[in-house]
Amino acid sequence: MTATTTTYEQTQLELLEAESVHIFREVSATQEKPALLFSGGKDSVVMLHLAAKAFWPSPIPFPVMHVDTGENFDEVIAFRDQTVDRMGLNLIIASVQDDIDAGRIVEEIGPRASRNRLQTVTLLRGIAENHFGAVFGGARRDEEKARAKERVFSFRDEFGQWDPRNQRPELWNLYNGRHRKGEHIRVFPLSNWTELDIWSYIRDEDIALPPLYYAHRREVVERDGMLLANTRFTGLLAGESWLEVTVRFRTVGDATCTGCVESTAADADAVVAEVAAARITERGATRADDRISEAGMEDRKKEGYF
Amino acid sequence: MPALLRIATAGSVDDGKSTLIGRLLYDSKAIFEDQLAAVEVTSRARGNDGPDLSLLTDGLRAEREQGITIDVAYRYFATPKRKFIIADTPGHIQYTRNMVTGASTADVGLILIDARNGVLEQSRRHAFLASLLGIPHLVVCVNKMDLVGFSRERFEEIREEFRSFAMKLEVPDLTFVPVSALTGDNVVQRSAAMPWYEHASLLHLLEDIHVASDRNLIDARFPVQYVIRPRQTADGGLHDFRGYAGTIAGGVFRPGDDVTVLPSGFTTTVSAVWGPGGRRIAEAFAGQAVTMELAGQIDVGRGDLICRPANRPSSSQELDAMVCWLSGETALTPNARYTIQHTTRDTKAVVNGLEYRLDINTLHRDEAASSLSLNEIGRVKLRTHVPLHFDPYRRNRQTGSFILVDEATNSTLAAGMILRPTQHDANVTWHDGAVSRHERATRGLTVWLTGLSGSGKSSVAAEVERKLVASGRPAYLLDGDNLRHGLNADLGFSASGRAENVRRVGEVAKLLADAGVIALVSLVSPYRGDRDKVRESHAAVELPFVEVFVDTPLEMCEARDPKGLYARARAGQIIQFTGIDDPYEAPLSPNLVLRPSDGDPSAQADLLLALLERLLP
Repeated sequence: MTATTTTYEQTQLELLEAESVHIFREVSATQEKPALLFSGGKDSVVMLHLAAKAFWPSPIPFPVMHVDTGENFDEVIAFRDQTVDRMGLNLIIASVQDDIDAGRIVEEIGPRASRNRLQTVTLLRGIAENHFGAVFGGARRDEEKARAKERVFSFRDEFGQWDPRNQRPELWNLYNGRHRKGEHIRVFPLSNWTELDIWSYIRDEDIALPPLYYAHRREVVERDGMLLANTRFTGLLAGESWLEVTVRFRTVGDATCTGCVESTAADADAVVAEVAAARITERGATRADDRISEAGMEDRKKEGYF
Repeated sequence: MPALLRIATAGSVDDGKSTLIGRLLYDSKAIFEDQLAAVEVTSRARGNDGPDLSLLTDGLRAEREQGITIDVAYRYFATPKRKFIIADTPGHIQYTRNMVTGASTADVGLILIDARNGVLEQSRRHAFLASLLGIPHLVVCVNKMDLVGFSRERFEEIREEFRSFAMKLEVPDLTFVPVSALTGDNVVQRSAAMPWYEHASLLHLLEDIHVASDRNLIDARFPVQYVIRPRQTADGGLHDFRGYAGTIAGGVFRPGDDVTVLPSGFTTTVSAVWGPGGRRIAEAFAGQAVTMELAGQIDVGRGDLICRPANRPSSSQELDAMVCWLSGETALTPNARYTIQHTTRDTKAVVNGLEYRLDINTLHRDEAASSLSLNEIGRVKLRTHVPLHFDPYRRNRQTGSFILVDEATNSTLAAGMILRPTQHDANVTWHDGAVSRHERATRGLTVWLTGLSGSGKSSVAAEVERKLVASGRPAYLLDGDNLRHGLNADLGFSASGRAENVRRVGEVAKLLADAGVIALVSLVSPYRGDRDKVRESHAAVELPFVEVFVDTPLEMCEARDPKGLYARARAGQIIQFTGIDDPYEAPLSPNLVLRPSDGDPSAQADLLLALLERLLP
């Protein structure tokens, strides 16, 4: 990525990168104990890449945290661990299973059960136990209607809750992350990136991702208009059967609620072309968790979800 | 990749703003099928005929239930030519607060007017806020043209009325488009119903707006955000790395540039500039996030500002600003104390005075106002605990803006736009002249030559003056000795006498520089503090100040002794003589040092002229 020096203009991706880098540095300069939420999903991978660039030549000056539902794709967990090793990061795992075992949360039951909503409790416990004052998340405003109203620095009260009617005005690039002990802020450095920006950046910067994001053969079942993968967490309902197709994942969450799409896009170039032509949003296509109700995301965010 | 365009929308509930944005997204195919399907379901449930496009942008449940937009929402769409970010702000009571927020970073303000209603009070308010926030481009959409029979007369009537109001505001670029958001006329495609409108559709207009020259690329400003010191010795080399990270707020920086760090005033050079991830940059410009290495070991930290030696921002603890109050819980009152965030510097601020509250509908100034509450705008004087380094907001949106934060609740209370440093003198008011500095034929500055008696200052200054005048530049030499015959005849050589001498000469130089003249000062001016005050008083009125240290060793000056003064001082006939029984404090960071090794006064004059060449337009 090189700037056109004659007109002193940055390209769109350079502008977005500069804005994200500014946010990382601002948090590191003003907040005690930040942490970055890292799941191995593409947005968190891009976020980590930007953090590394922001502090070059120093290492990333904060730990990463993964809220592990225990129902993640094995390939993603393997990728997470490799990345942590390669970059010499300090990884903190907050486990949903621990909360279930301790009786803090009760697991949903039935064939469509998901631990998605439960992880809010684990996330907030992880933040509190580690005394994190600021937590970077990979959410983007183009993903979903409630996220379109989210601030870059988003204040959370002592219960970790988001109050959409009482957000701090955010002007220029002056970010107010002040909070009292026990409260924290969520920081979204990718706020202004779209799915296409993310993929264009992954292509231009040659960023490694879990293999799930590229086309591969896999056994899936069609359910509620989505393709769910055959993993040790998913089973068939009456009348369903596995079927092998060439697919890729547009988002990666729990195996229980993340669907894949039929695709032959085997590398970042092909994915960029596919995303540019896509007619369905990534969450709409592949996330059962957003389909709970029209306000599914808004309700979960108020509780303290990502 | 096309460049980004940030748009702030303004319009009230019934102007059809959400429908217009929905239309832009829908017709430019930025709406996905699942989003449209959801909208169609809801529209049918409400008994609408077609899809209600406004549902695409009304995000939160409360908004959908009440049918109003309650906050700033950000929308993204792209055409093959450009990516757009729309800050969509609502039009009801909270309007001012939200629009100010959305407008703070906008390149374009999109104002909606209902063709049936024409220019309303709120249209004026929208235009005023866009102008206050310094949005460089304003596009006025005269909407619902279908409801006025696509009338050209109606459109032109509204356009003229809006223009006459906008004349009173600072609106650099104003465009009008007749549209119908409901039917799509002139939104993405040119309208067949309005053949008399010969310009581009709204979308094509937005695609072509040129924003690159809206940035300030003249005044180099780099607020230090974060210091990067790896302290790693394992892989070698890095343990010496000390980088100053931040986002360039104005101008251009290149390796080799002379720079001054504020508030310390130390001058050094840029040794390298790095982009994110360690990409080496030859020219770093406004908007880029970079890491800068400086030559020499100097103490620089977050909140410091790096600029060019002859182009500094104002540095002051007292400033005048327009403030928009954003909080419904408290009000701004005189003597109240807040935390102020300005560039990367945080400090405390006290309200020194509320000059007036502005009625944003009539632009009437209420000087009897004693407070500012939610959505009110006023002009205030602030005093800060430590100096801020700022430019007027009109000149630089980054170094001219600030927010006020509640010390107890941490809420963001106000947005501020700096006008200028507070001008002092209780009983004398400053009159801005009818002619501004930019309107004069030439730009002036002050060149301050300091050094021991006999160092050759006056010879260099006289030579520079001669050459400047010969080349057609107005220049005037202020010689310390000569001035002591007239202006400063009443002053002696004590520390206080010298301080007053320096102050007076500084003021005269400032007047000359302001008038467009190159003021050349040749004055021993032995005390650093006195010279620094002159430098600061120039910075406060944005006049360049060039300090030249004529560094001739004492022995050589004494050997020359052109006026026989050293001999008399040695003989005890003169006391408090600089260099003999009174100290000379050499400049710590002069813009130029002239030494005998540089040659005779004529050669030294050429070095100084070369520096001036670079500084003057």
